[in-house]
Amino acid sequence: MLDKHAKLERNALAFVFAIIFVASIGGIVEIAPLFTIDETVEEVEDMRVYTPLEVAGRNIYIREGCYACHSQMIRTLQDEVERYGPYSLAVESQYDHPMLWGSKRTGPDLARIGEKYSDAWHVAHLINPRDVVPSSVMPSYAWLQRNTLKYEDLGLHLSALRKVGVPYTDEMIENAAQDAYGQTRPDSDGADGFLERYGEDSNVSAFDGDPNRITEMDALVAYLQILGHLTDVAQQTSSPEQQTSNLANGD
Amino acid sequence: MTKPERDPYTGLMTTGHEWNGIKELMTPVPGVVKFFLAITILTAVLFWILFPTWPYGTGYTKGILNIDQRGLVEEDLTRSAALRATWEQKFSTTEFAQLEADEEAMALVRTHGARLFEDNCSACHGINADGGPGFPSLIDDQWLWGGDAETINETLRVGINTQHEDTRFGEMPAFGDQGMLDLKQRRALTSFVISLSRPDELDQKNMERLPEGKELFAENCASCHGDNGKGIKDVGAPNLTDSFWIYGGNADTIQATLKHGRKGVMPYFEQRLGEADRRLLTLYVRDMGAQKNE
Repeated sequence: MLDKHAKLERNALAFVFAIIFVASIGGIVEIAPLFTIDETVEEVEDMRVYTPLEVAGRNIYIREGCYACHSQMIRTLQDEVERYGPYSLAVESQYDHPMLWGSKRTGPDLARIGEKYSDAWHVAHLINPRDVVPSSVMPSYAWLQRNTLKYEDLGLHLSALRKVGVPYTDEMIENAAQDAYGQTRPDSDGADGFLERYGEDSNVSAFDGDPNRITEMDALVAYLQILGHLTDVAQQTSSPEQQTSNLANGD
Repeated sequence: MTKPERDPYTGLMTTGHEWNGIKELMTPVPGVVKFFLAITILTAVLFWILFPTWPYGTGYTKGILNIDQRGLVEEDLTRSAALRATWEQKFSTTEFAQLEADEEAMALVRTHGARLFEDNCSACHGINADGGPGFPSLIDDQWLWGGDAETINETLRVGINTQHEDTRFGEMPAFGDQGMLDLKQRRALTSFVISLSRPDELDQKNMERLPEGKELFAENCASCHGDNGKGIKDVGAPNLTDSFWIYGGNADTIQATLKHGRKGVMPYFEQRLGEADRRLLTLYVRDMGAQKNE
């Protein structure tokens, strides 16, 4: 045995391969099987894709580093479920490339923030968090309201996402820019085409309060308002007990 | 490789390795470390048996304890819901009026309501429920849709201008943006609206606009705000004759409201909060207002 080791130590290439093999055992055992185990990602019928505007908002979320202070992962712990809602399921981030689960919470978890507050609140809060939450330590993101959104190339973003498995249709990719525009203009023809492609339940709204411009604020608020609403499966699988009450249990 | 030999200085054996005359002392891992290493490995084997561990193709070994995190959290939630049920149940089964007369119930409302309010309502309505620009105060006894307990509870359930299927719907049209009223007409209306609550603020120029404003009000506004401007709660249209304003009552803000319209959103909480929690919050909100006005 010791002799063989001496031989291996003297063969640089073989030693490199031996190191790679040993170092990857953890991954082979813990990660690789997740690709074959049936339970890893739940199968749901009602899972919808991010709209082009929401994709743009997601890109802004990543650009501004929101994930550094906000997680998007409600863990299977009682206090988290009581505060934030049903624990996160893998399928809910099925179309997240990359996923934004995060691991640090300076601010609250955002996995189910969608529809918890109004668009107007999000806009006021992003412009100056202290205006609505006096104790907040979040920075101001007022420029999002001034920056016009670059939406012409959203089709390319969608087709890149399709390459990694998000089921966008040719039609969605072709009309991505118009759909981003239509989603912010409730009374326009663009909104009709958008709803036809993404479903009647999609949010159409002048998210930033100004229907005449499409800003980065529009995109980010659209994204925040869909968090937790890509599928209703988490609500359905949770037990009735937890639906009847959301009180923190801290006394 | 040379033969292991005894090192004359330390008295220990060498390993037998030699690198350009440098030899290595044989200092093996202490027995106690080996012992705990063995314990660790045994523990691992025990865990393989008890807990989910080994993957095979499309599944994995579940372990004989059959534990999973989701099951554990469901158990915790069921247990705490059962604990709460002892005092919480009466909030979903008792009439509001009866609860408000019940000091014991209201004490619960004040402790638990505060926490619910902070997490769900304070972001918009403020930690003291006194509102802010665009977000109404809840303690001024002025209500868009009505301030009795059943109405507040229903507003909490379905929200205002939301995705909920039973949502309350209220919208102030954008008279300017949609070309329904021109600037001159909007100015006249603004003067008239100010005259409803603060007539002494108007100067001569504004006074002259009042007849036109009054006529326009009757044509465009009275259907929602009422003939006398006192508001109609069924459509969530605010009273314009008092000193309470959500967006602001100065001329510039009224102008902006007339031009761009308003469509405030109150989220719905049917999905987020259970019935008992919503009713408890209703009581809490009414109680805050009552304490303020005492």
